[in-house]
Amino acid sequence: MTAPAGSLLAAEGLRKAYGPTVALDGAEFSIHPGEVVAVMGPSGSGKSTLLHCLAGIVTPDAGSILYDGRDLATMNDAQRSALRRSEFGFVFQFGQLVPELTCVENVALPLRLNGTSRKRAEQTALDWMRRLEVDDLAKKRPGEVSGGQGQRVAVARALVTSPRVVFADEPTGALDSLNGERVMELLTEAARSASTAVVLVTHEARVAAYSDREIVVRDGKSRDMERVV
Amino acid sequence: MSIGHTLLGLLESGPRHGYDLKRAFDEKFGHDRPLHYGQVYSTMSRLLKHGLVEVDGIEAGDGPERKRYAITEAGITDVERWLGTPEKPEPYLQSTLYTKVVLALLTHRDAADILDTQRAEHLRSMRILTDRKRKGDLADQLICDHALFHLEADLRWLELTAARLDKLRQAVVSP
Ligand SMILES: Nc1ncnc2c1ncn2[C@@H]1O[C@H](COP(=O)(O)OP(=O)(O)OP(=O)(O)O)[C@@H](O)[C@H]1O
Ligand SMILES: [Mg+2]
Repeated sequence: MTAPAGSLLAAEGLRKAYGPTVALDGAEFSIHPGEVVAVMGPSGSGKSTLLHCLAGIVTPDAGSILYDGRDLATMNDAQRSALRRSEFGFVFQFGQLVPELTCVENVALPLRLNGTSRKRAEQTALDWMRRLEVDDLAKKRPGEVSGGQGQRVAVARALVTSPRVVFADEPTGALDSLNGERVMELLTEAARSASTAVVLVTHEARVAAYSDREIVVRDGKSRDMERVV
Repeated sequence: MSIGHTLLGLLESGPRHGYDLKRAFDEKFGHDRPLHYGQVYSTMSRLLKHGLVEVDGIEAGDGPERKRYAITEAGITDVERWLGTPEKPEPYLQSTLYTKVVLALLTHRDAADILDTQRAEHLRSMRILTDRKRKGDLADQLICDHALFHLEADLRWLELTAARLDKLRQAVVSP
């Protein structure tokens, strides 16, 4: 495939089946640097599978994915996981913070895995926590903070490496409107100021309204709504 | 929204001239649609006729803008009653969208397409409101939120209808 002009991450013809279940059936996708794209659609339509394929977590049965001109299929596992560690950030519905670590250690973790010294990693982590207004929770463990606070810590962790793409799967799913909104504001603001692209899976229209554009996934097929209207 | 009741309510804090009322209305409630002077004066003359306001003073010169209005006891009671009466929830049972979907099914057009196009349009409005909310003050945020929640409700209906199109097709086409 040739990626659409200017796109950072692009995919076409994606197919993925789990046994008899076809999760993706010819889905396509593309995103530019700094763009926030919402992935919407009914439950079970293949949104998370699409996100996992794009992020190199799941290998599709067919189709191709180009990240910054590189074909994910030609990379080996080590290369793909290096890519995930250094260029991608992740936020999921339930923060997935490591319970044994403090919040600042959680946020610093991706930097530590990339070989940054503890001191520098925690310094950068604190900066991000400040931007997400959770720096006062630095020394607490995830079990000692609220869901909304934990989610902001998770957003800080996703952004701490200054990734080029953030993959967020229902990042506000477990939050009330006000907290969900705050998380979206902070995520999109932080992303826009650093030209980070955000792939945002959500079934909530109010959350999708923070995006620049949306695609709808139905029965494993994607539809780019920009081309419809 | 009842402009009469709103203007009456604004008068409760003290007498005002017509232009002053308009300014207060626009500032607090008229973000999208500022009042015309004509609307203010026709509303005030109606309120006068019903004894809900009275003319508190007239400046030299002529024209309606010279009058200063004050709320009467009856006016205060009226505001009180209006505030205490719940608004009738609009069920929108005869919504245009529903009609469009059913018509599309009846004429064997692509109803899913109509729903998709509509959801994109709704989301476009929601983006504009979200952006305005981000840049606005608290009043802006509350006004935008009200609109956003309503649009979201529509969208949920669109989603649900999209998921039930096959059933709906059977229901409207077969009998
Ligand atoms: N690891 C897996 N093993 C087997 N089936 C799977 C797996 N992951 C997803 N599926 C199936 O693939 C289909 C798409 O799943 P996916 O998680 O992508 O949906 P989704 O759009 O994210 O749904 P939701 O909104 O509920 O999160 C579903 O039918 C699901 O059951
Ligand atoms: Mg999912």
